[in-house]
Amino acid sequence: MNVRDIQGLFHLDVATGEIGLEREVKGGYCGDLLSDVMANAMEGHIWLTIQSHQNIVAVAVLKEMAAIILVNGRLPDENTKAKAKEEGLPILLSSSTAYQLAGQIYGAGIGKTEV
Amino acid sequence: MPDLERRFTIRANDFVNAGEVSLEIQSILKHIGFNPALIRRISVCAYESEMNVVMHGGDGEALLKVSPNSVTLVFTDQGKGIKDIELAFKPGYSTANLKHREMGFGAGMGLPNIKESADSIEIHSEEGHGTTLNIGFELEGDFG
Ligand SMILES: Nc1ncnc2c1ncn2[C@@H]1O[C@H](COP(=O)(O)OP(=O)(O)O)[C@@H](O)[C@H]1O
Ligand SMILES: [Mg+2]
Repeated sequence: MNVRDIQGLFHLDVATGEIGLEREVKGGYCGDLLSDVMANAMEGHIWLTIQSHQNIVAVAVLKEMAAIILVNGRLPDENTKAKAKEEGLPILLSSSTAYQLAGQIYGAGIGKTEV
Repeated sequence: MPDLERRFTIRANDFVNAGEVSLEIQSILKHIGFNPALIRRISVCAYESEMNVVMHGGDGEALLKVSPNSVTLVFTDQGKGIKDIELAFKPGYSTANLKHREMGFGAGMGLPNIKESADSIEIHSEEGHGTTLNIGFELEGDFG
């Protein structure tokens, strides 16, 4: 499944336009502490967080994550959107909590077979 | 492969440009063609170190050195220094302020992450005079 499939399946808004939506999603990680995400998120993960400031973009790009999903109805700062576009990183938006959305994505089979 | 040396400036408390140095280091390493897993390890160390200079250190710089057998990162700042280095490396220990914590920094996992991801680290710090962190990665067929 790619980022576009997840966006469509769970009716997520796209904050950053048509960028990076073809990236493959191999699993996911939930976290709002950046060092925890740095340590534990993996390449190809989709990252669910309430952090919306622009430093999240560097974290996602450095870990080669597939996309960020801002949960709880959070909206990205203008700087965050600009930075994400520059880096080709999709940011999706959800009004669900991280718990609800992660459960749904996991239920769709994403990340279940991860070692 | 030719040796490479690049220097980058880091500014204290500049959260707008924070992360840029690490992203640039990542793109240089990708361009050279190191394997992705090694680049991710180096990127973790670069980012944690860069953020420490921005948040806790002062104005400083990063040095990236690539030689045939190793990649080295050296972060130097002229900030307040670290009083108790052993304590600073304790998982969960952080002197980050409320603003940093609200942004998701200050988990006290930066130095432990660096230690975990690097092949070697060396730190020198003197209270009131700044900090130098030297991080080494060994290369053994890490291309492609
Ligand atoms: N360059 C630095 N200058 C001064 N203090 C530092 C520096 N790097 C780290 N420290 C100290 O070490 C502590 C632990 O660092 P770290 O493990 O990265 O956690 P965090 O950055 O989340 O606080 C910091 O809170 C700070 O007190
Ligand atoms: Mg830190």
